[in-house]
Amino acid sequence: MEKKVYIGCGAGFSGDRFDASIPIVREFKNINGPKYLMFEVLAERTLAIAQQFRLQNSEKGYSPFLDNYISPILSDCLENNIKIISNIGAANPLGAAKRILEIAKKQNITPPKIGVVIGDDLLEYMSDNEILNSPTMEGLDFSNNNITAANVYLGAQPIADALSKDVDLVIVGRTVDSALALGPLIHEYQWKKNDLDLLGAGTICGHLLECGAQVTGAYFADPGFKDVPNLANVGFPIVEFNEDGSFVVTKPKSTGGLVSKATVTEQLLYETHDPSNYLVPDVTADMSSLSLEDDGENRVYVRGGKGKKSPDKLKATICCDNGFMGEAEISYAGPNALARAKLAGEVISERIQILGLQGQIRVEIIGAGSVHFSMDETSSYQLPEDGDYRVRTSAIYPKKYQAQQMVDEVMSLYCCGPAAGGGGRGYVTAQSSTASILVDRDIVNPNVKVKIL
Amino acid sequence: MHKINLPVHAIAHARAGDKGDVSNISLIAYLDNGWDTIYKLATKDKVFDIFKHMGASKVERYELPSLKALNFVIQNALGGGVNSSLRLDRHGKTLSSHLLHELVLPISKDMIPSNSPYHLKFKD
Repeated sequence: MEKKVYIGCGAGFSGDRFDASIPIVREFKNINGPKYLMFEVLAERTLAIAQQFRLQNSEKGYSPFLDNYISPILSDCLENNIKIISNIGAANPLGAAKRILEIAKKQNITPPKIGVVIGDDLLEYMSDNEILNSPTMEGLDFSNNNITAANVYLGAQPIADALSKDVDLVIVGRTVDSALALGPLIHEYQWKKNDLDLLGAGTICGHLLECGAQVTGAYFADPGFKDVPNLANVGFPIVEFNEDGSFVVTKPKSTGGLVSKATVTEQLLYETHDPSNYLVPDVTADMSSLSLEDDGENRVYVRGGKGKKSPDKLKATICCDNGFMGEAEISYAGPNALARAKLAGEVISERIQILGLQGQIRVEIIGAGSVHFSMDETSSYQLPEDGDYRVRTSAIYPKKYQAQQMVDEVMSLYCCGPAAGGGGRGYVTAQSSTASILVDRDIVNPNVKVKIL
Repeated sequence: MHKINLPVHAIAHARAGDKGDVSNISLIAYLDNGWDTIYKLATKDKVFDIFKHMGASKVERYELPSLKALNFVIQNALGGGVNSSLRLDRHGKTLSSHLLHELVLPISKDMIPSNSPYHLKFKD
């Protein structure tokens, strides 16, 4: 009989809903067959922050939300043979595994067997100089800054290797998001490195799952034009994968949201560049011959995923300190509000010059198309002179006090600005810039290991 | 069939994603004849003009006819990207709405989904 593999996704970013996986686990209780629950919680920036936690305390550095995601479902997953796959390890996958064992102890359940993938942290085996001299793919020049994190994107094979050791959970650090689904598929179907079409199909499946509810009707609703039922209770995705590489995208019963060809197509192209060449460490996935068919209510059947040879080199993300950003806002409303808001923006720009703060300052007017135009650009929206406008200024400076000076200038508009400004708020935040480099597999592979706890 | 100029929002939907300083925006037609229109008229030159003021330096267009979808990859449109940008929307998540609003095309009633409020724009 044909073997189906079930994969649910309980989180699509660090900070996603903590209770989203519960309906998936409930649904999985009634399903026989291999079942996996993935949590994708590690964005580019999240890792640099995690590295800072690890430097302060060598036992930390895993996702600060680990307890929130794992505690509610750990015992149900272990009882129902649902394996958890997650990059919740962030900068310290071993520390994350130890924390999960502590949670199990606290909940009085038999300690699970955990596979931990290590080897993504380039700082452990490359010098700063070697990293800085690697070819840059994208991002800013970072040669003058202090490197805070450097992690290579691992593929799905180490996850499959961990699963072959009969573990209950696999915890990784920096790993390409879609591999959280591809790893289980490689393990279950025993795919080989040259099963390129299947590896491509599995990668496309992982890509559709990795942002959680973005494939099941979230981030989609446009009332009156694209309606989504019961968005507040949107169900997170479940894939039913078939041996031939085709699969169904669906969601748990009695949840809100929508799975349609339109929701699946939007997510398919999300953060995709060339759909024929979607690069991950295991394969170059090809979406160009993909077809989608309705397969009943909230079910879309996906087939035609293909694959080509994997890229020669691996991508790594480098994070560096990058000064401090000041952001501040103040509102103007009522008669002639637009003119008063513009005057406030002009006063700030002039004051920054008087204070001798170097660098670009951006002024936006919220209510006037702020996310698409700066104050100096002509908005394509018709803007009433009377209304409700909020001036926002932002700038990045090398020193924290400089960013604070800019924020203070906006606050000074309370007494020194145009008439009737109110609701001033300001923030200074440390900045971390990123760049992507390419690394030889020969440097990385010997350092990638699976540890069993 | 009678055509009037409307935002492409009448016949297509979109989602924006970011990688570094590169924004990608999908444009997906609801209906087959809407696809014919965006395939012919949603050119990369028009998209470049829409994002030029944000610093766009180059636009690539990819086509997925079986999904009625185009994918625009726009270089340098994100003010440096999520970690460097001074913009309120550092990811450029809202740029999909900008494309749907700014790209205006000649549209007939039969390209628009039956329940769409855009039908009210036609007088007959």
